[in-house]
Amino acid sequence: MGSEYEATADQHHADDHGHNGAPSGIKRWLFSTNHKDIGTMYLVFSLLMFFIGGMMIMIVRAELFQPGLQFVDPAFFNQMTTMHALVMVFGAVMPAFVGLANWMIPLMVGAPDMALPRMNNWSFWLLPVGFSFLLGTLFMPGGAPAAGWTMYPPLVMQTGDAFPYMVFAVHILGASSIMGAINIIVTIMNMRAPQMTLLKMPLFVWTWFITAFLLLAAMPVFAGAVTMLLFDQFFGAHFFNAAGGGDPVMFQHIFWFFGHPEVYIMILPAFGIVSEIIPTFARKPLFGYNSMVFATASIAFLSFIVWAHHMFTVGMPLAGELFFMFSTMLIAVPTGIKVCNWIATMWRGSMTFETPMLFSLAFVFLFTIGGFSGLMLAITPVDFQYHDTYFVVAHFHYVLVPGSVFAIMAAVYYWLPKWTGHMVDEKLGKIHFWLSAIFVNITFFPQHFLGLAGMPRRIPDYSTQFADFNMMSSIGAFGFGLSQLLFVYIVYQAVKGGEKADRQVWDNPIGLEWTVPSPAPHHTFETAPEVR
Amino acid sequence: MTGSSGFRLVGKITTLLTLMIIAPTAFADMVFNLRRGITDTSQAVYELHMLILWVCVVIAIFVFGTMIVSIILHRRSRGAEPASFSHSPKAELIWTIIPVIILVWMAIPAAKTLVVMEDFRDSEMTIKITGYQWKWHYAYLGTEVDFFSTLARSSNIARQVNSGIDPFSVENYLLEVDNPLVVPVDTKIRLLVTANDVIHSWWVPSFAIKKDAVPGFINEMWFKANETGTYRGQCAELCGRGHGFMPIVVDVMSKDDYTAWIDARTAGQNVAMVESTSDAGPEILAAAEELSGEELYNISCSACHQANGQGLPPTFPSLVDSALVNGPVAKHIDVVVNGRPGTAMIGFSSLLSDAELAAILSYERNAWGLNSGDTVQPSDIAAAR
Amino acid sequence: MDHTDDKYYVPHGSHWPIVGSVAMFAMLGGLASYLNGGEFGGMMSLLGLAILITMMAGWFGNVIAESMAGYYNPQVDKSFRMGMMWFIFSEVMFFAAFFGALFYARQLAIPWLGGEGTKFMTNLTLWPGFEAMWPSNGPAHAGGEYESMAAAGLPAINTAILLTSSVTITIAHHALKDGNRLLLNLGVLLTVILGFTFISLQAAEYMHAYSELNLKLSTGIYGSTFFVLTGFHGMHVTVGAIFLTVIWFRVLSGHFTPQNHFAFEAASWYWHFVDVVWLCLYFFVYWL
Ligand code: HEA
Ligand code: HEA
Ligand code: HEC
Ligand code: CUA
Ligand SMILES: [Cu+2]
Repeated sequence: MGSEYEATADQHHADDHGHNGAPSGIKRWLFSTNHKDIGTMYLVFSLLMFFIGGMMIMIVRAELFQPGLQFVDPAFFNQMTTMHALVMVFGAVMPAFVGLANWMIPLMVGAPDMALPRMNNWSFWLLPVGFSFLLGTLFMPGGAPAAGWTMYPPLVMQTGDAFPYMVFAVHILGASSIMGAINIIVTIMNMRAPQMTLLKMPLFVWTWFITAFLLLAAMPVFAGAVTMLLFDQFFGAHFFNAAGGGDPVMFQHIFWFFGHPEVYIMILPAFGIVSEIIPTFARKPLFGYNSMVFATASIAFLSFIVWAHHMFTVGMPLAGELFFMFSTMLIAVPTGIKVCNWIATMWRGSMTFETPMLFSLAFVFLFTIGGFSGLMLAITPVDFQYHDTYFVVAHFHYVLVPGSVFAIMAAVYYWLPKWTGHMVDEKLGKIHFWLSAIFVNITFFPQHFLGLAGMPRRIPDYSTQFADFNMMSSIGAFGFGLSQLLFVYIVYQAVKGGEKADRQVWDNPIGLEWTVPSPAPHHTFETAPEVR
Repeated sequence: MTGSSGFRLVGKITTLLTLMIIAPTAFADMVFNLRRGITDTSQAVYELHMLILWVCVVIAIFVFGTMIVSIILHRRSRGAEPASFSHSPKAELIWTIIPVIILVWMAIPAAKTLVVMEDFRDSEMTIKITGYQWKWHYAYLGTEVDFFSTLARSSNIARQVNSGIDPFSVENYLLEVDNPLVVPVDTKIRLLVTANDVIHSWWVPSFAIKKDAVPGFINEMWFKANETGTYRGQCAELCGRGHGFMPIVVDVMSKDDYTAWIDARTAGQNVAMVESTSDAGPEILAAAEELSGEELYNISCSACHQANGQGLPPTFPSLVDSALVNGPVAKHIDVVVNGRPGTAMIGFSSLLSDAELAAILSYERNAWGLNSGDTVQPSDIAAAR
Repeated sequence: MDHTDDKYYVPHGSHWPIVGSVAMFAMLGGLASYLNGGEFGGMMSLLGLAILITMMAGWFGNVIAESMAGYYNPQVDKSFRMGMMWFIFSEVMFFAAFFGALFYARQLAIPWLGGEGTKFMTNLTLWPGFEAMWPSNGPAHAGGEYESMAAAGLPAINTAILLTSSVTITIAHHALKDGNRLLLNLGVLLTVILGFTFISLQAAEYMHAYSELNLKLSTGIYGSTFFVLTGFHGMHVTVGAIFLTVIWFRVLSGHFTPQNHFAFEAASWYWHFVDVVWLCLYFFVYWL
């Protein structure tokens, strides 16, 4: 037995040397163990999913353009809403962050690669499997899942053939996220360059470190929740059925125990990105580094004890409502610390406004607006009025689109020169920024008014009093969507060619990633770098 | 789409775009804010809402103000030299403590309001509300009055995909029902909500109450209307295909009117309550008269059994393959008229007229290649009621 | 070999992960199709499982070979350890979901259905006559009359078995560190035997439950939580026992040294985890 192993091992040994460049052909991507290649695959996949999820919601926005049903059946409408959310959350935003983590964390901590490179490959290649299940459901009898991304029973039990595929897609995507999170944790704990102490780590690394723990604690719970759905549906279990002693609301508790940390999974890395970019373009060190780390950790902790703020109307006992209201309100404190620290970083800096900085500034503005509406939602008695209306839709799109998505775009603009070796077309970048920033507000700001005026969410048709704002919102959505085509063009252009970037790319940015050439060679930091 | 509404659409988009750019405040007829409502609770909620809103606005002015000042003054193009400070315990303490104080100060009135909202004692009457896919059932506990409340016929016809009817021509489009809930003014009314199939949520903004209707459990809420009038709401929890089409209408009457109403209702309880179309415009009335069995089927039944009769098994059975639909007429009529207790298939006797049911049944038995040749007469239905 | 100390071993391309993805596609896609009544779903699922097992054998084979060839420096070893640790943590959270369901049902759902707290009307109008107690199959007596599983008897024996196995694996670990081959060998073997005994007894218990107690997965919330918790635990014991079997063969081939035996430790951590879950199960599911 032993000798056999040695034989294969020797082969490995043999081709271990001799190349510094990337392997070529399809195998480069299928078999990759390189953090940069895997990062690229994640990012490309995420962009694809962003477009698919976006197209789905364009159908929704077209239907909502004016009252009356013009294009789709209500059942299909619900499928689109549900799939939009699942694709955007699990296909676009999370993979984008994992892709950025893959690319940047080893570069930022001075590691030769991710700690577990083969598993890294698997984490990525499970995504296409999960999404082939999920997107495949669109073509099944009964259509795609249509019970909302929250999958509440008993409604979700009315899903047709898509049901088990939806459950298994969640399992697969969960496994992918868990492996990704383990890899990130281990890389950060074990692969840092010797002098890179924890409190010298860039904030992007810190926020991802904490995010990875959220993933590790939350994703398995989600897997458990959908497993229970599966058992109820196919094996006669009674978890969510009152007649058998279960409770439909129990699913909501389990779901949101995952779901709330999930939304912070989608924002903490964004905080990290912005904390990298603002100091660079303000030419001033990040204000309050320690309190930034501490605030991130507090947010992560609090995120596990606030979940039922999504469920104020389910009929919880008063004590529960009070507890979840207070704990939710508390999150405003650490988040506020972060916002104030960013502003203090800008204060008395020497700012320039390149595209990544513009996106980051818009992030700070618009995320905060989303945070304010979040705080309003946290006030239980008033949430009775807001809950399940477009006010909620407005809230979470403010934190997710000009929040998470803008941060991802800022990151791409910021690091693209490092990845491709080419500067980004600043002029087009700025045009893309302004179009996005304007349209995103036209899309989502009116939704606050719709919600306050009483328009429920997840409806395909509405009363005529809501017509004007819906039309506005739809126009904004089409505009925002079309503007993203420009983004693709800009990225394509930078990949193909353009002005050469030097090592530093920007004006004296801080961090190890700026010490390697642009484009970053296939293998970096095979021996640990010096850290100042 | 008719020519005129196409025109109107283009006109609307143009005005909207112009308004959006030049004067957002010009939307005189638009609702921007939460309504005050007509209960003490809803007023309190409104006050709370305004309080937090203003707190947020003030904080926003500070935070964004500082940021904007910094963006304007501390830019390289104005020759700003970067400072090098990177922390200040004092500043950080300030922006930790101040938010805490603000939050505590907001939490107190919020908690007080909540406690009042959850106090169900001393209610003067109780109504049990049951959500169905996709209608509401109201039962006045202690009386014999109970009935279903569904989307008004006028809206239901207009909302079909490509119905050709302009929603703007329908009064209270999607916010009108056949049988509104009727309650007396100045009375503390306790509502018990539950559901028959999936989770729904009963919400009337003017009362500021919203509670989920969870199958197998009863949730409670209460309101006390201070003014008479008609108040509208909608189901607020995704409940499937017809979620957007299960509105709530509450008629708050004077106490005398209410007593008269409930007496009349008690006496006439067994009379079929066929919905009136009198509130609809002439356009719709004409459309309603001409509805064929197929159209009626598509409006009332296709939500579950689908337009092609295949249903969505296992939840909603296929009618094409149904032994019942292919079998003797009497049993088929019985299921449709009286429903199957405990399932989503409720009896349609109170929702559709004899003629309409007859048309639907005739259609079912001859559609989708079944071609039984049967024709069901309204008198057959009347007999089965 | 310049890999050993200064350089972190980064493997070059591997085809196993993508094979794993194909396996997952076939296995879960097939299972889904099977659940929907598809004709070939079951076959496809089994095929996927076979590919998955091949993938694991191949992948771990690679890793073992590299390890034996001395490519892994202590830092790589540490990565593996941390990876395993956090994987086990995620497993803990998976079980936490089901324990959460159990606690919720016992402490909240059932009492509410019985009219406690603010849910008086629930009991009165919807489930008159239902009294809250545990175990319960709910107000509709889902699954019919049943008997609950006693804590004494088989479950108690199983507890003893698992506890003993935890001791034997620890003895084996110490023996490994002391270089005592025989004891190591015996310790692992005993653990494996105990593990499989546990599984057989568990199977017997299930048979007993189904045939004599009328206790089934469909026996209301009690049956659901009981079988899902013990079932997932049983699956983990099975995986752990197979894992240990592989380890035993590797012990026989002399793979482990007192300094370098990550796989052994991973298996034993996993075993301890399974053990702790069982203790919680025994306490909350059988006893209380
Ligand atoms: C990135 C994602 C993200 C983020 C960061 C947040 C952040 C917050 N969210 Fe949001 N939320 C979602 C995504 C997110 N949310 C989603 C997806 C849903 C809907 C899910 C669904 O139903 O489908 C949702 C729904 C949701 C609800 C449920 C509403 C309902 O259904 O009825 C609530 C209720 O409490 C809530 C609250 C909050 C709060 C208090 C924060 C806080 O973290 C915000 C904190 C930030 C600030 C407050 C601004 C900055 C602070 C200062 C400048 C300091 C000073 C400020 C004060 C003292 C006021 N959110
Ligand atoms: C990260 C998450 C994320 C992101 C990025 C988005 C992005 C967008 N979302 Fe989404 N959304 C959710 C998460 C997200 N959403 C969630 C969780 C829900 C709740 C679901 C539920 O109720 O269960 C939801 C629900 C939701 C609704 C409510 C639906 C309903 O209740 O019925 C609406 C309505 O306007 C909406 C709009 C949009 C729009 C316009 C965008 C835009 O930002 C999208 C822009 C992108 C594109 C358009 C694609 C790229 C461009 C092209 C492909 C070019 C071609 C374009 C055109 C032809 C115009 N979303
Ligand atoms: C809210 C969903 C819903 C609506 C609307 C609905 N049904 Fe049904 N229907 C069901 C369900 C669920 C069943 C199965 C009941 C059972 O399990 O026995 C059913 C059963 C039936 C059956 C018996 C089928 C069989 O083989 O046993 C007939 C006939 C039928 N419906 C006709 C109609 C007609 C006619 C209408 C419209 C006037 C209608 N249904 C509207 C849900 C619905
Ligand atoms: Cu009923 Cu939504
Ligand atoms: Cu939340």
